[in-house]
Amino acid sequence: MENEIKPNKVVDARGSFCPGPLMEMIKAYKEAKVGDVISVYSTDSGTKKDAPAWINKSGNELIGIFDRTGYYEIMMKKVK
Amino acid sequence: MVNMLVIVLFKFFPMTELRIMTEKMTLLFVSGTLDKLMAGSIIASGGVANGMDVDIFVSFWALMNFKKGQAMNGKFSYEGAEMEKQVMDIMKKKKVAPWIETLRSAKEIGNVKIYGCAMFADLMEIKKEELDPIVDDIIGVAEFVSLAKDSNMTLFI
Repeated sequence: MENEIKPNKVVDARGSFCPGPLMEMIKAYKEAKVGDVISVYSTDSGTKKDAPAWINKSGNELIGIFDRTGYYEIMMKKVK
Repeated sequence: MVNMLVIVLFKFFPMTELRIMTEKMTLLFVSGTLDKLMAGSIIASGGVANGMDVDIFVSFWALMNFKKGQAMNGKFSYEGAEMEKQVMDIMKKKKVAPWIETLRSAKEIGNVKIYGCAMFADLMEIKKEELDPIVDDIIGVAEFVSLAKDSNMTLFI
């Protein structure tokens, strides 16, 4: 199911520490259009909690957090 | 009627609710050690991630670090002095972003204003042009306190 969704933008923030990945995600969010799907690759453990919290608080949609080999991927949809 | 207006605003201006009730954070940087400048810059990022406006007042040793080209010459505060070399090596190896870049990134995303302290700038004859362009202005203590007074939280780093 998850593989069917193709992100409009992929942010590769692997190796970047808190708050780097979250900041890059917000930057991508600001540049995106409503309806766009953004994927963030990260290795930072703080972001795994911070990014979903931001997505919910800002009223956007968290599509999922997927464990990949050696990193994880957070997928969100810009709702507003 | 007012409710209707708010609903219409929310519908047509995304993130309006963040703007309507923009909360503010004020940070005071005095220490010029790398650990504190890093901590402050990360907290400022946390502020913008929460939709807050962030005002940072920079004085003394922190201001010295905002002089152009100075940002990387950091020392640790005394509690961290023993581990300074070890942590610096790890940070270099793991390519941790320099604190001033963290701050720049927070500024790109949100409303972050950085103010140099007029007293210390006068004392040390530091001109605004000598400071990193990330610094918006040089202001006095009364203006800083008036910003802090109207903000939701003030942290002394």
